[in-house]
Amino acid sequence: MISMIWYSQIDQKENEKRKNEAEKLARDAELYNLRQQLQPHFLFNSLNSINALIGFKPDEARKMIHQLSDFLRGTLKKDDQLQVPLNEELQHLNLYLEIEKVRFGHRLQTEISCDEKCGSALLPSMLLQPIVENAIKFGLYDTTGDVVVSIRAEMEGNYLVIMVQNPYDPQTSRPKKGTGFGLRGVQRRLYLIFARNDLMETHANDNIFTTIIKVPQL
Amino acid sequence: MKRALIIDDEPLARMVVKEYLQNFKQIEVVQECNDGFEGLKAIQQYQPDLVFLDVQMPKINGFEMLELVEQPPAVIFTTAFDEYAIKAFETHAVDYLLKPFSKERFNKAIEKYLALAPSTPSSKQTEELLETAAHSPAQHERIVVKTGTKVKIIPVQDVLYLAADDDYVSVYTAEGSFLKNKTMNFFEKMLDPRYFVRVHRSYIIAIQQITRIDPYEKDAHLAILKSGAKIPVSKTGYVKLKQVLGI
Repeated sequence: MISMIWYSQIDQKENEKRKNEAEKLARDAELYNLRQQLQPHFLFNSLNSINALIGFKPDEARKMIHQLSDFLRGTLKKDDQLQVPLNEELQHLNLYLEIEKVRFGHRLQTEISCDEKCGSALLPSMLLQPIVENAIKFGLYDTTGDVVVSIRAEMEGNYLVIMVQNPYDPQTSRPKKGTGFGLRGVQRRLYLIFARNDLMETHANDNIFTTIIKVPQL
Repeated sequence: MKRALIIDDEPLARMVVKEYLQNFKQIEVVQECNDGFEGLKAIQQYQPDLVFLDVQMPKINGFEMLELVEQPPAVIFTTAFDEYAIKAFETHAVDYLLKPFSKERFNKAIEKYLALAPSTPSSKQTEELLETAAHSPAQHERIVVKTGTKVKIIPVQDVLYLAADDDYVSVYTAEGSFLKNKTMNFFEKMLDPRYFVRVHRSYIIAIQQITRIDPYEKDAHLAILKSGAKIPVSKTGYVKLKQVLGI
């Protein structure tokens, strides 16, 4: 009896600890996201594209300014504590993808598949963004050809399963010491929210890199 | 007439340079390139006077591409990249333009280029630029070499040792050796001193490849590598090696 109480107290403490850490990590993720979007690469290169478009395609320049603004505003507004429907997350992600497509022209294509049921399934907000950023970065800077980044969502029992794929070159990319805040952060967040370490996996086969996350539907 | 190349993986970024260049009738854009590989080919083919060069590009970055050019042309960097504290290169590149840049700023860079004393060969300046780039941590990860017409990227983890070879350096890997037209000093600066030690005037070795160090003649030693290679270690090299190994 005493040991049961003792164990449940430990459980409670563990849960508390996890919750605190989850909150801290969500804050870190937000900061990371802010920095990501404000980092020279994305922002300055996007502005540079706009600068080019103003000269000969002013309408497209305008469109890109609006996409960029919507994307940045969306990021600022996001509450990491929330679970959001996948549809909403994809909408936000799409703004980002559209901007990248303007920058890289025909080289970058995206395939997104998500049926109605998946669309309303919930996932922690901003969980997908770092995975897709990673896929795009790898795809675009590790190969010279056309790049297709695909995002596929499926329901598997009580899980929302999302698979992100990008091409890469096994000759030149190595598993680095860390995958940076990007993928590691995703894994960590999944652990802190669901107390499980088996919700994210990555595979490198032939010339395709795959990241899969499974989000339990509570 | 000056001949120029624009090397950038973003089409719209090249467009800006082309648009701004319209004011300068004395500069002709002979080709646009999507990446460093295309850039290398075009430099060989056209021997341009001036290159507008982006830093971060697919596979090999702008610095790595320049390293593979025998007589590099004058370079103006066009980049959003600030990680390398690109200012360090200011003295060596003709100029660098941080994206997005204005027409006025661009004009200044071109005027600077056109006013360059013809007595300073641009290739020397660009060589110095690459020496500076070698210090940047981002350049420590890999060595880019040319084998025939192909470009090979060697991750530094794959390097067993390097040996001076006349005006070149041979980079030894499990796959074989590759020549690079750089000096031992260049590599000594470039490689992470925690993992690579210059044990001899003509040799740099990867520390984790060492299996044994044997005495050899007076004051000298031989490092035996996992591959079986025997590398001479000079007296000062031995001191450095002991320091790094903590013995």
